[in-house]
Amino acid sequence: MDFPILSLMLLVPLVAGITCLFLDAPMARLVALAATLIDLALGVLLWINYDIGGAQWQFTERAELFAVFDYALGIDGIALMLIMLSVFLMPICILASWQGITRRVGEYMAAFLLMEVLMIGVFAAQDMFLFYIFFEAGLIPMYLIIGVWGGDNRIYASYKFFLYTLLGSVLMLIAMLWMVNVAGTSSIPVLMQYDFAPEAQTWLWLAFFASFAVKMPMWPVHTWLPDAHVQAPTAGSVILAGVLLKLGGYGFIRFSLPMFPEASEQFIWLVFGLSMIAVIYTSLVALVQHDMKKLIAYSSVAHMAIVTAGLFAFNVQGLEGAMIMMLSHGLVSGALFLCVGVIYDRLHTREIDRYGGLAINMPRYALFFLFFTMASIGLPGTSGFVAEFLALAGVYQVSTWATLVLTTGIILGAAYMLYLYRRVAFGPQKNADAAAMSDLSLREWVMLGPIAAAVLWMGVYPESFLAPMRADIAALDARLARAAPEGDSRPQVGTPRAHEANYMEGAHGAAAGASEGAH
Amino acid sequence: MQSILLIVFLPLLAAIVGGLGNRALGNTLVKLITTGALFISCALSWPIFLAFVAGGAEPGVVPVLQWVQSGDLSFDWALRVDTLTAVMLVVITTVSALVHLYSWGYMDEDPDQPRFFAYLSLFTFAMLMLVTADNLVQMFFGWEGVGLASYLLIGFWFKKPSANAAAIKAFVVNRVGDLGFMLGIFGTFVVFGTTSIPEILAAAPAMSGATIGFLGYRVSTMDVLCILLFIGAMGKSAQLGLHTWLPDAMEGPTPVSALIHAATMVTAGVFMVCRLSPMFETAPVALGVVTFIGAATCIFAATVGTTQWDIKRVIAYSTCSQLGYMFFAAGVGAYGAAMFHLFTHAFFKALLFLGAGSVIHAMHHEQDMRYYGALRKEIPFTFWAMLAGTLAITGVGIYWLGAGFAGFHSKDAILEVAFARGTEMGTFAFWMGTFAALLTSFYSWRLMFLTFWGKPRWADSEHIQHAVHAGHDDSDDHNPAVQEDAGDDVRHAVPSPNYEAGTAGYHPHESPLSMLVPLGLLTLGAIFAGWVFSHAFLDDAAFWQGSIFYNEALIHEMHAVPLLVKLAASIVMLIGLAIAWLAYIKDTSIPAKAAEQLGPVYRFFYNKWYFDELYNFLFIRPAFWFGRQFWKIGDVGTIDRFGPDGAAWVVQRGSVLAKRAQNGLVYSYALVMLLGLIAAITWVLF
Repeated sequence: MDFPILSLMLLVPLVAGITCLFLDAPMARLVALAATLIDLALGVLLWINYDIGGAQWQFTERAELFAVFDYALGIDGIALMLIMLSVFLMPICILASWQGITRRVGEYMAAFLLMEVLMIGVFAAQDMFLFYIFFEAGLIPMYLIIGVWGGDNRIYASYKFFLYTLLGSVLMLIAMLWMVNVAGTSSIPVLMQYDFAPEAQTWLWLAFFASFAVKMPMWPVHTWLPDAHVQAPTAGSVILAGVLLKLGGYGFIRFSLPMFPEASEQFIWLVFGLSMIAVIYTSLVALVQHDMKKLIAYSSVAHMAIVTAGLFAFNVQGLEGAMIMMLSHGLVSGALFLCVGVIYDRLHTREIDRYGGLAINMPRYALFFLFFTMASIGLPGTSGFVAEFLALAGVYQVSTWATLVLTTGIILGAAYMLYLYRRVAFGPQKNADAAAMSDLSLREWVMLGPIAAAVLWMGVYPESFLAPMRADIAALDARLARAAPEGDSRPQVGTPRAHEANYMEGAHGAAAGASEGAH
Repeated sequence: MQSILLIVFLPLLAAIVGGLGNRALGNTLVKLITTGALFISCALSWPIFLAFVAGGAEPGVVPVLQWVQSGDLSFDWALRVDTLTAVMLVVITTVSALVHLYSWGYMDEDPDQPRFFAYLSLFTFAMLMLVTADNLVQMFFGWEGVGLASYLLIGFWFKKPSANAAAIKAFVVNRVGDLGFMLGIFGTFVVFGTTSIPEILAAAPAMSGATIGFLGYRVSTMDVLCILLFIGAMGKSAQLGLHTWLPDAMEGPTPVSALIHAATMVTAGVFMVCRLSPMFETAPVALGVVTFIGAATCIFAATVGTTQWDIKRVIAYSTCSQLGYMFFAAGVGAYGAAMFHLFTHAFFKALLFLGAGSVIHAMHHEQDMRYYGALRKEIPFTFWAMLAGTLAITGVGIYWLGAGFAGFHSKDAILEVAFARGTEMGTFAFWMGTFAALLTSFYSWRLMFLTFWGKPRWADSEHIQHAVHAGHDDSDDHNPAVQEDAGDDVRHAVPSPNYEAGTAGYHPHESPLSMLVPLGLLTLGAIFAGWVFSHAFLDDAAFWQGSIFYNEALIHEMHAVPLLVKLAASIVMLIGLAIAWLAYIKDTSIPAKAAEQLGPVYRFFYNKWYFDELYNFLFIRPAFWFGRQFWKIGDVGTIDRFGPDGAAWVVQRGSVLAKRAQNGLVYSYALVMLLGLIAAITWVLF
């Protein structure tokens, strides 16, 4: 396809963002909404024109800049889905900020639109350095969004966020330089097929891991997330949970796994171990939180642990489950943060105990909140289930222990989410001001409705989302096949004894049948 | 066969329309839509079932939509109809339709009726999806769907803290079982490469004797898979260990208890074991576990049931106990008998619950049987209905005529088959089951005697006091949802003139027709369901058409057991009746004396074997404690302290030091240069 649609998708928010800097508040809002809607429309076009089963890399664009550094864009099914997620959430974020943000609206909208440019760029980049620039530059608008428009403790949170995420990136950059030096190219598609020496892979893998693990975030480098979420404005949390957390997973699936298959296999124990700890640890921490956003932030860490485990299961189910989990979590936790935002806008507190009995005065809100709560705990029929089920089915083929521990997440997840829901929506109305809150406005309907529809769609007919990724996942699976671990379940067929358990041979044959069955 | 689409999706449609329409549509319209949908579903279900009974129907699958296709793991939405499904279809749609109708009367004064009816229909849809599942994942969908509906309905009166706690408990405890179910599905996929039930069942026999790795051990494939799946069944069917949610679930409105926590949802576990019976047949250890857990639950719940005062809790424990019967029937290989008991139990237990609801309705939401008594004359129709239910559950019948109430046919068959099985586990189950039958008879008649016989003891009830002083039951606070803070005010109300008579001047009313009609129809079921369908369920392999594993030899053995075994259930039933009569009619001082004499045992039973306390101590408090420790000591105290905050501290200290070094004095700079030069030379030279 000759039309540079990806560049256009980058250009629209970029131009709109710069424009916003010079506009007054109402105009900036409108321009931002229009730009994000145009990008959404372009995204839909992208999806429609994406040729499932066609070339692996589509909509490619390429312009040589200098040395090995190219401006190269192009997407496969995996990138397509994540771009769709980004452009889908963006207009909703703008709407979520419609009334909540009153200071420096132009700059705020500019930061968000720049964020969108960088997010689309990171998923579309085909050059490693281009990827790096988008990947790291994403920090800046987020840093500003938290630091300027955040809560009371925003400075601490924004520094923590910056420190953590920068730490890993330095190592990743060094690794990238080394790789380009050895392989002689910075093209991601080429590098994905390049076989590095296994010894080198170990170090490269660790360098990338340092960056992606923080972005994911994996235990124990997760502590920036709760603070960042708590301090960020609602829309900031949505983008943080919805898209920024996906960068780590995308990094694993784009770099670590295809480029260093042997090293990835070597570190399965590390990834599984950290994921298992994360599920138990963060779920229990989530159980005792008093702050709604913190609770959901911790639940994000637990969900992301399912993603990492699924990715390193080295099979199709695990990979596809992880991908769906990323999409699903992007929608569901984004929606949960919106739900928090809805009542935060009314009462200006995230303290769980200040609410209660909202199902009485806000029944529509309670319904949405319940729906997303159920999606978060993976109720079948919602996207969360498909994600969890596939990822865990993948992990089971590698390690039954890991699956057992990770699956306890469905118990703990139900416990902390329902406990949250009970304290917010059920029970008697404790506070007069909470009891006086009005139900969803039209704007809030428009925010939550489409997400709910997408969650349901992904839960009932996930084929729409799996199909574009199928060929790419299969290719990755094939590349990983040489390093795939042998699972610990390994069925072995023995001597069949048909219907042995209650085998009875006519009258009084019972005892014989039973003794045979017992052996 | 296409009518199955209507049967399943009409309730969903009704739930969506009713739930989203809610107040916009108004109470009556929503009730008409949901109840109408259910009666249509019910009317369409019976022909399917009767066709299977008559032998003229073929099993089939109606595809609906592709679901997931991931590598070699794929499963679709599809509706399967065979004999087993047909049995469940009539049970679910019939009880659900009657409960919808019943709720017109029972929930009449509730301000939130559309929501209630929408939940009921949603539940019915999920349950139908469960029983029509063609693959394990769709079964899991229904499994969790009914869990959601159960959660919502238990917590229907969401202003009551106790209802909310019970709702969460039900969901979370069920999730423990679901963990087993999920692992079971994963394992099944690893072994068979599919989640399609027919394919698994076809391949299962060849896998007996195979081994598989699980948690580092090599174990028998089929045993471990079946036990994992059975853990799921234990959660949903409230079997010993995972039963604690069921009694608490009685916080929900009584029609819910009848539909979900007696007739349908809790039997899903039994259904699952029967559906997968060819698989379980290849797993002797797993079947032993099923038998043992079933028998243990059967006796456990019966002992607890004898001591409870809350009428609904007695019936809840009774349900738990009856589910135990079904499981050990399945465990010894008599899947037909298990399904038969499921079938009859659905009618008589729903009847008992709805009857209890009628009593509660009449007694102004008083549920404590200590405040009942002498209601026989006041609410005669309810009395006769519950009497039929009691005769059915205790298994009254005459062996030589081969005729009796529903439970007579199904429960006796289970005991006989357990005995006939001849294994140690089977014999254990027989004795447990027989003793539990005695207890069943005792607690059932205890319930009847306390409620309908004796003298009125209503005056001490705060609910009755409240009713008398609030001008009977026509006020809005009839609804427990808005009643919780009124209780304390009325507890010490001035006794009315009739206080001595124990009625407090209160006159119980018989329930409205919408409640009595379902009672009447279920009464017919409790009387005839056993006698009419006994042959098909128990003795007719052709009826099942291979939808369950049918053990011909075992059934022959069952009919050949000694006469005493056949009469055992009837004998213990009479003993139980006699004890109950002695203690609650003849000499009403006996229960108190017995409780005192058997102090520790009584308290052990009364406190439900201390399961709640144990779990609280083992799981709930540690979870919160660990949560706090991980948060305060792990995240804040360790990771942050030595991570980002530590790094910030180091940088800050470092810059203080660096600032000191830049003191602007030339000689100190010269000293550093000199030291550096020496170091450099040393490095180069050596």
